[in-house]
Amino acid sequence: MFGFLLRRIAVLIPTFIGVSIIAFSFIRLLPGDPVALLSGERVMTPERHAQISAQLGMDRPIVIQYLDYLGGVVTGDFGSSIVSKTPILKQFWALFPATVELSLCAIIIAIALGVPAGVIAAIKRGSIFDQGLMGIALVGYSMPIFWWGLLLIILFSGTLQWFPVSGRISLMFFFPPVTGFMLIDSLISGQKGAFSSALSHLALPSIVLATIPLAVIARQTRSAMLEVLSEDYVRTARAKGLSPFRVVGIHALRNAMIPVITTIGLQIGVMLAGAILTETIFSWPGIGKWMVDSVFRRDYPVIQGGLLLIAAIIMVVNLIVDLLYGLINPRIRH
Amino acid sequence: MKYKLTLAAALLSATFFAGAASAKTFVFCSEGSPEGFDPGLYTAGTTFDASAHPIYNRLLEFKPGTTQPEAALAQSWELSADGTVYTFKLRPNVKFQTTDFFTPTRSLNADDVVFSIGRQIDEKNAWNKYISGGTWEYADGMGFPKLIKSIEKVDDLTVKVTLNRPEAPFLANLAMPFASIMSKEYADSLEKDGKKEQLNQMPVGTGPFTFVGYQQDAVIRYKKNADYWGTAPKIDDLVFAITTDAAVRYQKLKAGECHLMPYPNAADVESMKSDKNLKVLEQEGLNIAYLAYNTTVAPFDKPEVRKALNKAINKKAIVDAVFQGMATPAVNPIPPTMWSYNKDTKDDTYDLDAAKKMLADAGVKDLSMKVWAMPVSRPYMLNARRAAEIMQDDFAKIGVKVEIVSYEWAEYLQRSKDKNRDGAAIMGWTGDNGDPDNFLDTLLGCDAVGGNNRAQWCNKEFDDLVKKAKVTPDQAERTKLYEQAQVIFKKDAPWATIDHSLAVVPMTKGVTGFTQSPLGDFTFEAVDIAE
Repeated sequence: MFGFLLRRIAVLIPTFIGVSIIAFSFIRLLPGDPVALLSGERVMTPERHAQISAQLGMDRPIVIQYLDYLGGVVTGDFGSSIVSKTPILKQFWALFPATVELSLCAIIIAIALGVPAGVIAAIKRGSIFDQGLMGIALVGYSMPIFWWGLLLIILFSGTLQWFPVSGRISLMFFFPPVTGFMLIDSLISGQKGAFSSALSHLALPSIVLATIPLAVIARQTRSAMLEVLSEDYVRTARAKGLSPFRVVGIHALRNAMIPVITTIGLQIGVMLAGAILTETIFSWPGIGKWMVDSVFRRDYPVIQGGLLLIAAIIMVVNLIVDLLYGLINPRIRH
Repeated sequence: MKYKLTLAAALLSATFFAGAASAKTFVFCSEGSPEGFDPGLYTAGTTFDASAHPIYNRLLEFKPGTTQPEAALAQSWELSADGTVYTFKLRPNVKFQTTDFFTPTRSLNADDVVFSIGRQIDEKNAWNKYISGGTWEYADGMGFPKLIKSIEKVDDLTVKVTLNRPEAPFLANLAMPFASIMSKEYADSLEKDGKKEQLNQMPVGTGPFTFVGYQQDAVIRYKKNADYWGTAPKIDDLVFAITTDAAVRYQKLKAGECHLMPYPNAADVESMKSDKNLKVLEQEGLNIAYLAYNTTVAPFDKPEVRKALNKAINKKAIVDAVFQGMATPAVNPIPPTMWSYNKDTKDDTYDLDAAKKMLADAGVKDLSMKVWAMPVSRPYMLNARRAAEIMQDDFAKIGVKVEIVSYEWAEYLQRSKDKNRDGAAIMGWTGDNGDPDNFLDTLLGCDAVGGNNRAQWCNKEFDDLVKKAKVTPDQAERTKLYEQAQVIFKKDAPWATIDHSLAVVPMTKGVTGFTQSPLGDFTFEAVDIAE
């Protein structure tokens, strides 16, 4: 297992360097001069342009810039935003807990509903349940998230007023962040009503973010269950007279979960990185919204650093999934 | 610091629960996060709304609802006979805000003014580069480093600013957010503690609201400045709920989660107006969108050709299609809300037959041209591609073939400056300080050719008038000069003036005291909420 771990980590290093080269060069290959953009319609004099380029280190050869950047990254210095002038890593850690909180809630919803839906669809293959659930999953999978989010806001926040429109907690509550996780911080604050406010703010964005993973998990669970249910050992278990619950719950589901766990792992990675639309529409102050705002502001160091940090997170999540997979399925380790 | 923040939070929450019934909290659904809290470093209105307007004051400020500078921290001023020396008398007993991170020991004095402006113009100033990569965009853009010869303290309440040349818009420039006055005492204490960058994160000023806290990309909180020198704000707490999507801001307004929002979607305005719980203010924005011909390239070097094309542009159709009516067709190169706007100017009427004849008279046949469409949406032009398509359609009717081109925004900005640019470019401008010079000389002056002057138009008669107005201190005299300049502009037609967009501000019915600023600022010191 230790050798397996080392092999997996060794693969991460060149992957990370590759991502850093892509993030670094793509930003520079794009047309447009970030320095000129700082002044927008107001034209900058050539002297001023040269001065700012020098301040940002953009007047040096690109290879030197990259090596300098990589050197900084290795020591934990991802540079500073050219807009807010604050260190990128500091901004990232301030916003990351919000994304993690939202992603975890979404994945819990996706698993809690997706796995049973997939199992039921597999057991009742061809029935109205199967076709109905898979139809809903297909709709969920195909739904444009931005439109879906806005629809839920208009219905549940605007018309019915069951949930707040956006944000992480009611503006009535104000306490300094301790963990960055609003559910935990609201409990720590001891303010009456703070936790329920945080929970109600989390509901709609979690549902929206969970929609696609839920559909993917349900479809994956269904196909994995169908495959397993036709295996000889399941037939044997049934022949032995085991209860349908034991056959499905113990024998079939456990084996069917192997590909589902991989899917869940990949979905967590995608969610941590890809809550972009959900965070934007719900004004959720996480890294997805941060990246979108940075693209609109053309804050190149943030886009570059953010890409690298997100890639690093996806790599770490994938590593954990690989390790878990190795634990569940020992054949993978060899 | 953490202890102090916790204490502040405890005090604030105590206030919330003890005085929840009496405290008035006003929530503004702002459109974006501030870049920082030192207004000198930035150029975005979003940043100024969160920093310069609630927290700071300036020597002069724009009279609410106008672009007229009036006394603020400077109680009075004198200008020397040669127009180069301004002597400002400061308002006495103006207190800086007391926060949980700084307690001032003295009132505003000349040191604060010298510090605030001096750091932006003097590269040797210890605060000139206090933030890595920080630049003084506005001070540089307004030419302050070359314009200001010196800024000196005469006595505690007197500051003398000596200019290298007379500059009539100088007072208006001083009323701009970048010229906000900071506390030197606070800056000194930060320098002593080795925490200079905190000046941009935890601000202290003399303005109507005291900064309480900022949660990145989410919420900014302020409380009423109990020591404010002006009329005390009517609300106790001011909260900026950062909501980037306009449709979501509207839902929050409808749900009562905020009291006022900026920049609604044009498509939502009608439904806002019909909502009995909301009210909507409208005002012409201090902006213009235009089509700049390249006046150095044939046949656009002939005014009659440019005039002919101008007559073929259906501005009304553009305003309807792009803005759903939330804009007005532009006549002059400055907006009607600006002083010196020439009301007598006659616009080029939309007349395709006349346009066709004028082209033929000018000897132009089978003309093909490029129209450049900006790739981004700006307040003055929400959809340049659509506007270009309407022009393409109209020009085709007079026998002019149009190819629409566009580039990535930074490329567009760069290439459209080129003196040899092929084609007419859609561009626009939002005023900085309400001074006509900020449009007429900045965008059409001979010095700006190859830069902001995208028509590459250098008309000596026009240039002499705006240059003379720039150094003339008397506003009535300047008005006459600018009115004449607008006549020359219209006659020579370096641009097709397209539109001035309307600034629309929806708010809940109970909001009173909000005055719309022609500069697009959002200020809340006079705002109240009906019980």
